[in-house]
Formats: sequence, C-alpha cells, structure tokens
Amino acid sequence: MSQLDSFKDTFFAECEDLLEALTEGLRSMTEGATDSDTVNAVFRSAHSIKGAAGAFGFDELVSFAHAFETVLDEIRSGRLEPTPDTLRLLMRAGDVLADLVEAARTPGTQRPASADQILASLIELHPKTEEVEFSFDAVAVPLAIEVPAETYLVNFAPHAALFQNGHEPELLFSALGDLGPMSVTCDSSALPEFEAMNADECYLRWVATLETSASTDAIAEVFAFVEGLCDLAIIRQEPEPAPAPIAVVAEAAPVQPTVRNAPNPTLRVDLDRVERLINSVGELIINQASLSQKIVDSGAGQMTEVHADLEDYKHLARDIQEAVMAIRAQPVRPLFQRMSRIVRDAADATGKQIEFVTDGASTEVDKTVVEKLAEPLTHMIRNAIDHGIEKPEDRIAKGKPAAGTVKLSASHRSGSVLIEITDDGAGLNRSRILQTAIKKGLVAENAKLTEAEIDNILFMPGFSTASAVTNLSGRGVGMDVVKTEITALGGRISITSKPDQGSVFTIALPLTLAVLDGMIVTVDSQTMVVPISAVVETIRPSRGDISQIGKRGHLLSIRGTFVPIIDLGNFFNNSTPAAPSDTILLLVRTKSNEQCALAVQDITDQRQVVIKSLQGNYGDIPGISAATILGNGQIALIIDPDAIVAKSQGLPVNQN
Amino acid sequence: MSISVLAIDDSRTIRALVSQALGNAGFKVTTAEDGVDGVATFEKGTFDAVITDINMPRMDGFGVIENIRKSGKNRRVPILVLTTESGQDLRTRARNSGATGWIVKPFVDEQLVSVLRRVTGAA
Repeated sequence: MSQLDSFKDTFFAECEDLLEALTEGLRSMTEGATDSDTVNAVFRSAHSIKGAAGAFGFDELVSFAHAFETVLDEIRSGRLEPTPDTLRLLMRAGDVLADLVEAARTPGTQRPASADQILASLIELHPKTEEVEFSFDAVAVPLAIEVPAETYLVNFAPHAALFQNGHEPELLFSALGDLGPMSVTCDSSALPEFEAMNADECYLRWVATLETSASTDAIAEVFAFVEGLCDLAIIRQEPEPAPAPIAVVAEAAPVQPTVRNAPNPTLRVDLDRVERLINSVGELIINQASLSQKIVDSGAGQMTEVHADLEDYKHLARDIQEAVMAIRAQPVRPLFQRMSRIVRDAADATGKQIEFVTDGASTEVDKTVVEKLAEPLTHMIRNAIDHGIEKPEDRIAKGKPAAGTVKLSASHRSGSVLIEITDDGAGLNRSRILQTAIKKGLVAENAKLTEAEIDNILFMPGFSTASAVTNLSGRGVGMDVVKTEITALGGRISITSKPDQGSVFTIALPLTLAVLDGMIVTVDSQTMVVPISAVVETIRPSRGDISQIGKRGHLLSIRGTFVPIIDLGNFFNNSTPAAPSDTILLLVRTKSNEQCALAVQDITDQRQVVIKSLQGNYGDIPGISAATILGNGQIALIIDPDAIVAKSQGLPVNQN
Repeated sequence: MSISVLAIDDSRTIRALVSQALGNAGFKVTTAEDGVDGVATFEKGTFDAVITDINMPRMDGFGVIENIRKSGKNRRVPILVLTTESGQDLRTRARNSGATGWIVKPFVDEQLVSVLRRVTGAA
C-alpha cells in the first residue's frame, strides 16, 4: 500500500501539469485555435489523467475523464463542431475534472456539486452507438480446483505476419504446455525445395496434443495475441469410452476421425490399474530372481540354452519395468510453476527482489515424487529467499545485482533425478549454525566439525529454532522435515554453500520408487541388501591397511587417507566384530560427502530388489530403510548407509 | 541476464508504475517519454521487449511500432501496447500495426509481468 501511496504523489503532481495544459489548450480553442495539435494536447491531458487514475481506483475521475476525452475525440475527428456552447461546457468540465482530482487527493473533500450535471451534458454530445468498455483481457489463472483433464488437439500454422509481429511459436507452445502435459509434432511436409524457399515465409505447421483441465477458452487465450496471424484449430477429444471388458472394447471404441491424424494419441487410465501393473511387475522381478536361483541350484551350466533364455527373461523383465515406470512419469513443470508463485509471494513478504529461473522443467519424475516434492520445495525456496538472499541494499553493498536469483533445476543423472535449488545469497552462516546447535545441545561444545558437517546440522531435528523463525519460513517445521520427506521418497539431500556466493541444495531421487539395485551381502550370517547407489567400491583389505583405534574402533588406510570402519554385524546385533582383515569392506559415500567403510562377511550377489516398506508394521528402524524378498523366498533387510554412518558417529539419526 | 524492457509512456505516473511492476519482477526497465524519444532510445540500446502507450505527443504508439518494425535492428522484438482503450477495434489495429500483444490500463502488475514473460519467453 505504501508503495502505491508514493506513486499517488507522482500522480497528483502530474495531474497538476496535465490540468494546466488542458486549461491552456481549452483557452486557445476558445480563442479560435482548432488545429489538431491543440485539440490533441487537450485530449491527451484528459486521457493521461484517465489512464493513471485507473491504477489507483479513482473510478469517478476515470469515468469523467473518459466522457471528457470522448468529446475531444469527436472534435478531433471532425464529427463534432467546437461551438462556443460546447467549448463553454468543456471549460466547466475542465474545472470539474480539477475538483475531482482534488477530491481524490484529499479524502473528505466535497465532490463538485455540478459533476453529475456536467457529466450528463458531456455524454449527450457522445455518439449514440458508443459503449464504454472497461474490462481487462481475461488472464488464465490456474485454479486449485481439480477438474478432470481432457485431451485437446491444437492445430497451429503460423503466417509470416506472426513472426513479423514479434511472436515465437516456441513461446506459444511453452505457454500451452503450462496448461498440462503436452506433446507436439511438427509437420514439415509443406517445405519447398531450398531454392524456392522464402526466408520470411513459414512452411511448418504444428499439432499439439494437450491434456489439461483448463477450458477451451483458456487454450484460446494462449493464442489471443496471434488471432488472425495463424491458422488455428482447437479440437476437444471425446473422452475415452467407459472401462469395459476387453472383448467389448474392440467393438465399442469408436475411433474419432481426428484421433487418426493425431500424433501420439493418449490414453487415460485409472491410476489403480497402473498400480496393479506396477505391483505385478514387482512380483515378476521377484519371480525372475527366484527362477534364476533355482536354475543355478539345479546345476544347469552357464553355457546352456536355459541360461541364455534366462538372460533374455531378465532383460525383458527390466524393459517391462522401465516401461511401466514411464507410465507414471510426469514432467516437473507444473511443480516448478507452483514454485514461481511461492517465489513471488515470498519476495513480496520479505521486500526482496528475486529473479526466479527454472531449468529442465520437462524432466520426468514419478508421479508420486512430483506430488510429494511440492511441500519440501516450497519450504526450501522460502528458506532460500528468507534466509539466503540478502536485502537489495545489502546486495548492492556487496557489489551484487539488487535482485537475487533463485534457480530451480531438474535433470537426469545416472539413474537418478537431481533437483537443485540454487541461490546467489549470503550462503550459510556456519558460525551461527554451530552456536545454535551447541546451545540446543545438538553438538558437543568442543566438537570439531567440518564445514560439511556444520551444514548438515540444518537437517537435524530440533535445530530449526524460534530465533530462526520469521513469519515467512518459520512454520514450525525445519529442514529436518524436508529431509525426512525426501528420504521417504528414497532420495538424499545435500548442501553446498559458499559465503556471499550462495547455497545449493541438491535433492537426488531414484527414478523408480519400487525397485532398487542392490548388493546382497552377508552380515553376521544374515542376508542384507546395500543400495548399490551408495557403494563407491568394495575392498578386500590386507592386514596392513587396517589400524586399530581404542578397543574396538578400526580405520582403513586407503590411498593416503583414513576411513572409519563400521562392522555391520556389530552395528545391528552388537556381536563381536570380526577381525577387519577377514571381512569385505564396502566403501560408501554419505550425503555429506564423507567416506566410511562398512564391514560385511561376504558379498553374494548383485540384483534388482523390490522394495517392501516395513514402516507400516514396524515403524522406524534406525539403519534399515525397507525389506525385500529374495529369489529363494528369503526376506532380507535393506540397509540405509547414511543412517548407519550418522548413528555410529553419535549424531542423531534421521529416520525414514 | 535479466530481461531488458523499454517502456514508452508520456505519463510519468504510468512510467513509475510500469517500472516498479517490472523492476519487482526482475526486469531491467528503461523509460522514454514519447514516441520520438522511444524510437531513439530503442535505436541506441538493446532491448528484449518494448511496452508502449498509444496516445502520446510527437509520435503515437502505432508510429513507434511501425518505426521499430522497419528498423534494421531487432525489428522482431516483442512489442506490447499498453492502453486505456479496449475492445476488438484496438486489438485489430494493434495487431495490424505489428504489435505482439496488448494490455489494457489500468493494468494489474501480475498480468503485465505474465504477458511480458509470455512474449519474451523469460522464465
């Protein structure tokens, strides 16, 4: 509001100038100057008052100025004679206009008594057909209400004029894609030979298949500016026929003529059916593992035909699994779009200037992940703006642009999806984080922590404190909740931060939620699964590589550095640790980029396992993320290396 | 990196309101006071988009669009018309003169920003 108030001062000062010019012009007109320059100047003065008054909601001023300028427009165009009577009326109207400006400036001022009468007289001079229209162009505002999505075909063939007017088809499609999942195909069949090509012509046409809950109007709105500059057809596809037994579908599915031409026709399926399919695929993979096991047990050799078939079976099962997962994959774009709203709100609330950049919005992630990421991302983006980005004046003092940048990006990297939130703010205040953590008793007073360890304090439960709470990001939940949610999705989160350069929060999520590449190990005669993504390398240490520390602790010397060894048997069962030299060590790298060696008795296999959650039945078990069923029907626990490393260091364990 | 916008309007109130709305959204805004000033400023600088009023002294908004569209440099820059007039007539005239889009005054900040983002492709 106060910002608008300061603009009001500008407005009233400008009004004084405009009224002066208006009176001056009217006087010239009364003296006989009816040249277009003079009339234009009067018109423009009234017009400018009208235009700016609207911004402040001075409605009476707007409608009066509008009536005034319309009369001037009639005179300007020669449709109305500037008779002495008319000019006298305009002079009086000019006074009323000045009074109305005054009334708007000083609330409580009497509005001019003659206003209504003069307004009526002005309107009498208007052409009869005129209709005042003060509507905004409709802007498609995404509604939160769930409307079932429909499929539309949008045929779009730009004319040359579209490009001349500064339009770009790609941007139109990107705006269209904001309405929902979309695929676009380009028809280049009209392209002439190179010699015959006119560089200013457009020979391409596009067909977009859009799945959206937005209305046809909202789709047409995207193309409002290019109406008449292109051939455009928006066709709503008839909904799929109601689910019916397969035998009936064959005859009952009337193929829409438009569907035939459609690139990538889509099919809408109940989520339940997809879930069932995913579950079956999970079972299929277990079954495949079991079959492999039995064939090996039966003594069939590596070179036998049954083995070759088994390999094929493995590949097929994996293909089916990937295909099924692709059904659930959705681009993160809608999620990113929601975030731009969050950024705006947060920027407004904090008075900071934020430039929001997104990258990789078309990256596809499992549907569940898209849904569950909204909350953590909201929280982290608010944090980045509230705590990360400095106030404009502080930024300028540091030699940075006044507007801070928050970047949200998504990308695929080696079997996982990376989501990064980058800000160019102040970076983490490590000394303050450490102090707070010590005060809260989360860290021992004399603890010597690395920078990465300090950064990770943010994720500790109970760290987010009243002193860090502002009315924006303080919602009583801290980064520990964010981390819990990410971990629940099978992901990891990490921070890197540089003073005055900003922070990067990286979320790594598995592509699929249901299946994991696991290393099958033996721990204290139990079979367990270690996620392969966590394992950097496996080592069979020689005696000389191991140094003992205290009674039970061991360190592994590897390539000039020392890495702590955690005996998994000891960790879970408190059994006496085996001599480390008799074990196999799995070098794991934790999310805080620390290395640690997990000691196991044996590695027996490497395979895909289907994740079965234990949480519903057993709650959180520190160090265990889930369980799985192996090929031989045996149940094995899937370990969580991060939690194990954290717990063995005496840090609080963030449980799933 | 930020998108550079030239805003042409003879009303300093509107110039201030546009500058603030776009500045808040991270755009870099240069202003000009009328059509002649606007075209001259456009020729001198590098802009990703132009917003122009229609009714202005010396040269109106249609003149601005015409001049920019036939200038050698950056003649396909997105140009938005910001005007109090509305209705089909304005749309047709704006489109025929080569405008990329239009916004009716009084404008809502978010609307101005979203239309500008749409025609420039700014994130």
